[in-house]
Amino acid sequence: MSHEDVLNPNQLPHDPEKATLEGKNKFIGFWMFLGGETVLFASLFGTYLALVRSTSGENTPENLFGLELVFIMTMLLLTSSLTSVYAMYHMKNHDFKKMQLWLGITVLLGLGFLGCEIYEFYHYIHEYGFTFRSSAFGSAFYTLVGFHGGHVVFGLSWIVALMIRNQKRGLNLYNAPKFYIASLYWHFIDVVWVFIFTVVYLMGKVG
Amino acid sequence: MSNAIAQQRGLGAMIWDYITTVDHKKIAHLYLVAGGLFFLIGGLEAMIIRIQLMQPESEFISAGLYNEMITMHGTTMIFLAAMPLIFALMNAVVPLQIGARDVAFPFLNSLGFWLFLFGGLLLNVSWFTGGAPDAGWTNYAPLSTTSPGHGVDYYVMGLQISGAGTLIGGINFLVTIINMRAPGMTYMRMPLFTWTSFITSVLILFAFPALTVGLFLMMFDRMFGSAFFDVTAGGNEIIWEHLFWIFGHPEVYILILPLFGAFSDIISTFSKKRLFGYSAMVFATVLIGFLGFMVWAHHMFTVGLGPIANSIFAVSTMAIAVPTGIKIFNWLFTMWGGSIKMTAAMLWTLAFIPSFTIGGMTGVMLASAAADYQYHDTYFVVGHFHYVIVGGVVFGIFAALHYWWPKMFGKVLNEKLGHIAFWPFFVGFHLTFFIQHFLGLMGMPRRYWTYFEGQSLATGNMISTVGAFLMAIGTLVFLYNVVYTAIKEPKASADPWDGRTLEWSIPSSPPFYNFKQTPLVRGLDPLWIEKMEGRKGVTPAEPLGDIHMPNGSVLPFLMSLGLFIAGFGFIYQVDNNLWYIAVAIGMGLTLGSMLTRSLKDDLGYHIHKEDLIEKGDGK
Amino acid sequence: MTERTESTSRYKIDIRKKEYKEEMVHQVTSFTLMILFTFIAFGMVVMEISSYFVKPVLLLLAVIQVVFQLYYFMHMKNKGHAMPAMMMFGGIVIAIVTILTFTSIIWW
Repeated sequence: MSHEDVLNPNQLPHDPEKATLEGKNKFIGFWMFLGGETVLFASLFGTYLALVRSTSGENTPENLFGLELVFIMTMLLLTSSLTSVYAMYHMKNHDFKKMQLWLGITVLLGLGFLGCEIYEFYHYIHEYGFTFRSSAFGSAFYTLVGFHGGHVVFGLSWIVALMIRNQKRGLNLYNAPKFYIASLYWHFIDVVWVFIFTVVYLMGKVG
Repeated sequence: MSNAIAQQRGLGAMIWDYITTVDHKKIAHLYLVAGGLFFLIGGLEAMIIRIQLMQPESEFISAGLYNEMITMHGTTMIFLAAMPLIFALMNAVVPLQIGARDVAFPFLNSLGFWLFLFGGLLLNVSWFTGGAPDAGWTNYAPLSTTSPGHGVDYYVMGLQISGAGTLIGGINFLVTIINMRAPGMTYMRMPLFTWTSFITSVLILFAFPALTVGLFLMMFDRMFGSAFFDVTAGGNEIIWEHLFWIFGHPEVYILILPLFGAFSDIISTFSKKRLFGYSAMVFATVLIGFLGFMVWAHHMFTVGLGPIANSIFAVSTMAIAVPTGIKIFNWLFTMWGGSIKMTAAMLWTLAFIPSFTIGGMTGVMLASAAADYQYHDTYFVVGHFHYVIVGGVVFGIFAALHYWWPKMFGKVLNEKLGHIAFWPFFVGFHLTFFIQHFLGLMGMPRRYWTYFEGQSLATGNMISTVGAFLMAIGTLVFLYNVVYTAIKEPKASADPWDGRTLEWSIPSSPPFYNFKQTPLVRGLDPLWIEKMEGRKGVTPAEPLGDIHMPNGSVLPFLMSLGLFIAGFGFIYQVDNNLWYIAVAIGMGLTLGSMLTRSLKDDLGYHIHKEDLIEKGDGK
Repeated sequence: MTERTESTSRYKIDIRKKEYKEEMVHQVTSFTLMILFTFIAFGMVVMEISSYFVKPVLLLLAVIQVVFQLYYFMHMKNKGHAMPAMMMFGGIVIAIVTILTFTSIIWW
């Protein structure tokens, strides 16, 4: 396949994300990476679960966590997962404009999530004096949730960079795999969040 | 004068070429040179350790420096010598064995190398900045979290960076083997070296994230005041041990498995026989990989995990002896009745089988949890793991280098010098490490700086040190052989060993596009099949056409350099906040390079059919 | 001739679009269920039901949500996902073993 074909936005097969060898490689390689990320987050979850009772003073999970904010964050992130599914749907139908639109909505929802998380951390630190250094529980909590937050930041920057870069030239076989794996990454962030709100917040609240 | 300038420009161009290369064969050279260099540094550290232990109450080096020596010897040998040497072999051989023109991610391949190199350099810079890490290669808390100075910080940052490189390399090889196989190269037709590289890459993928997390926690504890391993704030040191060994035990299989593959290929080539029990070998490899993840706590029998946990891990550890035994017997049966050719590669392979088996048997001894209370942290353990790592990994690397040297550098290593290098190394190896089992049983603890007169440990240690010098001599002869071969030996033919697999169907060293036409694989040992049917080369699977190649790039180098700079920033921001500037510069460089990579189109280029025909006629 | 191939390819595209539509229905359904599960999970905690009952149910709901996410949103149920599925399951096995360890033998 010549370079012109790869970059031509008017000739797209179905499944443009897996039409080229590079695309197939990226697809498989990124799934492998997610397999590794599973172990990474499992190690963080394990550490958190081992240290969740190592609290100091009043700052226990039961006292700290407020469910309202976590509920809003969960809804934001879950919905953003659906909107990125919509984006990929339009990619498969070769409708670039709609794909960009839905990705844009995904980014907005992600930013909303991030804002809530920053507010939450700020709240803990200033209202409760609950910091990264205050106890082993604090270290483990901020590391686990912070790693997830870091993934959100990276995912958002990635999607925004791709959207701006390809705004003018539209979808082609070269960038379709990039959009696709960025959306996979975004879904994976949601997978991790499902366990965070269950294991950290809800089970922490149950005690 | 002008000649010198031209030569200089030639050298500069060559360095630039290697910095920007994405060709797997050149990256193999880079891995080999860097890994070889670190192997020599680690070997030097080993010699210093042996000299210190040669006599009782020796004061050759101070106790503090001794701690740094043992830490750096272990860390260097595992992470900076064995791993890259294995990656050198995988890079040089795997794409050729599966009939691919390149790896799946040439760019990431180069990134993996540079991350490893800069991580290794960062670790070794610590020698010059006030002391190397000194908490042992396992870096147990709280010894590591309370170690003064910045030594352990270098350990954390250096391993974090080079570990990221290894993970990237592992993913690259997984995808290469899954997606880039030539037509007809089904999974069950892949040469054993490719198979074992595949399983090793799976292990890398699942093991290294645990190390990543462990190192992050260690970094936060040492540099940012968190309390993961600080018992006074509710932390727990055992977390580090678990994370380290969840990574660390698969790591030893990551090291040995590819060389099991190399031995299989070498034995079948030089016995002129198809590998005995191919599918059993594949199955055993997969099983070792799986069990390798279920045994890590046998490093922690004396922690006090309780009898149930200890029993479970003891049984699973002993179970690994079964697939390993399958392999040993399959190698023996492959040789049985074959017409064996005693080349240097074969010599190392034959030496490996009994040496590794001894290491395996002491492994089963150690796996018995009750007995391990006696062996734990003695020289018995040191003897055991050197038998598997030197007797398995190092012998394997020497064998594989002799075997694939013509494919990597276009010349066959001098056979006579190869034999001369082998004997002192082999004898020295057994002299050094066999006696250490007995030293351990006599009660000599590992990692101790010295021992006293009258503890009956002096003779054994003296013997061990003499052996170490013999190993050093063997290594030096091998190095001499490399230089000698480069200068004196003639160019090798495409197939100097009468090989069986695809890499021997193309010239030594191969053109940068490897295969002019992708080969068609018609069975196990594809080249041998063609030879048996009287054909000269392998049947092509496609007509001659344009070949797509990736562009070189300097970005991997820059990304790694950025992390190297940021590493210093993280280490020293504890002393002075101004060091955050270094973090910002380094991370800026890395993230900027990543952004550039993401935004700039890199479509590669094509070699045209006409050029290929011209080159073909020239040969 | 060209017209005919064009019309068949158009036909194929239509079929494909229909498939995508159907997939979309599945995805929206699974999204609705995920939202529902989230409500149940939060509701149970707010109502302070006995923790012996709540904890396993919470975990079960999380696992189901993740299965939806992986199989429907990330298309793991589709063709060509054998290798990704294998790698994810490999990762999940190691993950389970790790978490089991950290919740059982770490404080002994």
